[in-house]
Amino acid sequence: MTPRLRCAALAVAMLLLITLPWWVGNSYYINIASQILLFAVFALALNVLVGYAGLVSLGHAGLFAIAGYTAALILQAGHGHLAANAGAVVVTLASSAIFAVLALRSTGIGFLMITLALGQIIWGVAYRWASLTGGDNGINVTTRPSPLGLSLSNAPSFYFACLIVFLLAVGSMVLFVRSPFGASLRGTRDQARRMSALGYNVWLIQFLAIVFSGFWTGISGLLFIYYNQFISPQVSALTASAEVLLMVISGGTATLLGPIAGAVIVVVMKNVVSAYIERWNLVLGVIFILIITFMPEGLVPGTARLLRWGWQVARARWNRTAGGAVEERRP
Amino acid sequence: MTGNVAALAVSHLSKSFGGLRVTADVTLAVEPGERRLIIGPNGAGKTTLFNLITGEIAPDSGSITLFDRNITRVPSHRRPHLGMARTYQIITLFDRDTILRNVTLALLGLSRLRWSAWRNIDHQEDIIGRAREALARVGLDHIADRPLSQTSYGERRRVEIAMALAQDPRVLLLDEPFAGLSIDERRDVRELLNAVPRTVTVVMIEHNMDVALDWAERITLLHFGEVIVEGTRAEVVAHARTREVYLGH
Repeated sequence: MTPRLRCAALAVAMLLLITLPWWVGNSYYINIASQILLFAVFALALNVLVGYAGLVSLGHAGLFAIAGYTAALILQAGHGHLAANAGAVVVTLASSAIFAVLALRSTGIGFLMITLALGQIIWGVAYRWASLTGGDNGINVTTRPSPLGLSLSNAPSFYFACLIVFLLAVGSMVLFVRSPFGASLRGTRDQARRMSALGYNVWLIQFLAIVFSGFWTGISGLLFIYYNQFISPQVSALTASAEVLLMVISGGTATLLGPIAGAVIVVVMKNVVSAYIERWNLVLGVIFILIITFMPEGLVPGTARLLRWGWQVARARWNRTAGGAVEERRP
Repeated sequence: MTGNVAALAVSHLSKSFGGLRVTADVTLAVEPGERRLIIGPNGAGKTTLFNLITGEIAPDSGSITLFDRNITRVPSHRRPHLGMARTYQIITLFDRDTILRNVTLALLGLSRLRWSAWRNIDHQEDIIGRAREALARVGLDHIADRPLSQTSYGERRRVEIAMALAQDPRVLLLDEPFAGLSIDERRDVRELLNAVPRTVTVVMIEHNMDVALDWAERITLLHFGEVIVEGTRAEVVAHARTREVYLGH
């Protein structure tokens, strides 16, 4: 894509996102757009690890739930939204750091298993420590915050809050990916030994990446509890971790648009298709199999590859007919 | 030894993997500016010795000194900051990136800039300019922007060396830099190594004795993890043990 085309596409996308409540109209669908945005933030956060660090986590729903539960508990205790959000961010960052110290004992499958176990511990606490978390009954979040006096209680206003957070997350990812630190992280993914021999502290780089990922995971967890106004252990379940991992992998790891596309697919399937087809999980499974079969690199890089290929074929055919016409004229 | 502090000194270094002693009480000292060749047949423990010196693995006993500093307990990622650079026998580069980005990463490794998460790496004119200079030194500046996956084996060897030299090391460790190269490519790498200034101490591993014999000033012969012979080129070549271990007669 030429820079001009890229700018045009970006402008159109921004315009569509900003005007979405008006052209969608129905508040049910505006809410689905909010869900897509908040899960896109979650998927972007996980992509920092899966895509750029090469560390696959199956426990991120645990961090997501820690942010949600912390905020819900602080609100339940009668404190304000500012205290709840600040407290949630601090607790999530601290949890991410502990998560990182434990999980970075290993890489590859070992890392995956430790994150899986940590996620399950958090689920266990949420489910079994009923006196704190309410167990299966969960915790209600009765109000949404009203930053700068703007109420977020209706669908369009909450959508805009999600959109702002989403754009901030995307912006921070763009900066991160092209920064020296981002390049270092990709280096540790590709050649950890070499990075160490070049003077990079591989452990610290991976640790900071996990905390950065944890930060945006926590932020998406906060959006989630304000969206649902309820949190239960289900949020921290293994299936929730697997779902967001599927978003990242199906959309395309180590890309900016991939996790967003993945979030669109999963959220639309869950909410829209499930209204028409009872076994929507089956449809989702078939879609994932099709993506993995025909675009193993993920939907976004795969589509880009197909478009490039189509463009080359079309241009080759065009050149051949043009060349043929010239030859015919020659004698 | 003259009275100077050795650039690199290894003292009674030992390492076992299970029951196998791969480094057995190795002691050696390399003078500043010296060209040292470490030879030995396959399995003599040459690469293990390098991995101990660079800190990739920890020794069971013994010590390692870089100039006047004991670095035995210094983490491997701190050693490049103290002036130690290495290349790998099996080429270890970043295949997805361009040649220029590979060398940029080498320079970034010693810069505080590597922690920046908001600056654009493509706008760091100073570091990128220095990376281009380092590539010019090994004659690869004309293909600096080529993806590494589209380069030849010989070019990759030179990228490896360019990355090590770009870090402006005091001690340079080369692990079989001639392995797998054609005669022409070997000549190129030789010229490159001849051009390394005398401010840099160079230690090279090679299992093929002929390749770098005339490059070396002193030679250490390793066999089953032990130093068998050490001395000037002539001494080591003439030594009876060298013939026995190396030439098999």
